[in-house]
Amino acid sequence: MSDRNMEEKVEQASNSKNISLPMSRVRLIMKSSPDVSCINQDALFLTTKATELFVQHLALSSYKNGSGKGSNTLSYSDLARAAEESETFQFLTDILPKKILARDYLKSLEEMDKDDDNL
Amino acid sequence: MAERPEDLNLPNAVITRIIKEALPDGVNVSKEARRAISQAASVFVLYATSCANNFAMKAKRKTLNAGDVMSAMEEMEFERFLQPLREALEAYKKGQKGKKEASEQKRKDKEKKNDTDENDKSRDEEEDEHMDDEQEGENEGEEEDVEN
Repeated sequence: MSDRNMEEKVEQASNSKNISLPMSRVRLIMKSSPDVSCINQDALFLTTKATELFVQHLALSSYKNGSGKGSNTLSYSDLARAAEESETFQFLTDILPKKILARDYLKSLEEMDKDDDNL
Repeated sequence: MAERPEDLNLPNAVITRIIKEALPDGVNVSKEARRAISQAASVFVLYATSCANNFAMKAKRKTLNAGDVMSAMEEMEFERFLQPLREALEAYKKGQKGKKEASEQKRKDKEKKNDTDENDKSRDEEEDEHMDDEQEGENEGEEEDVEN
């Protein structure tokens, strides 16, 4: 009984400042990169923790600079804008493309055609 | 190696919880936004890994270590993460140490249980004493480190 109490205490102490994402999954993602051979435990822990901080940071700064602040919502377009406008989130532009209406896209295609003609 | 593409996603429930905790109470996060953040997190892991790996390669090491990850964060302009990361790593190391000690303690207690036939109450008292011993031992260890 007291054994279990102590284990719980240790567990709590280590969880309180620790991580909620599974390290095994993060390791799997890291290992999917072909150049990586070995990852030490501290490096894995740090990457996992950094990913959590990143998720918080991305969510909060997108929300703060987003358009949905009045209606208390965080939407995709807020994230896409963050990726486009913030220097540190620039690497996300490929997976967070800005959505545009089909008619706007067609218009921009036409304009590109015109530009080509001019050249 | 990942066998299915889903294996490279982070668990949605956990990501959702982290987002909820980061935002003020009552903010709705659209499903699309949640999915996008989750994908962004996977890309972040890959980007950080590749940056960290460059540092390891420069130093002619095959194993990524904590310093590589920290350097990667700086290069990615996430300096704001450095301090919280340092603190978390310290807490994590302490936790790991504590776990080890707890399991050693468990083993010792087991041995003792076989030796003596005392009731639960006195066993509890003994354990409290042991915890004190352990703390003293830890402090001594730290002092030694400083001296060395």
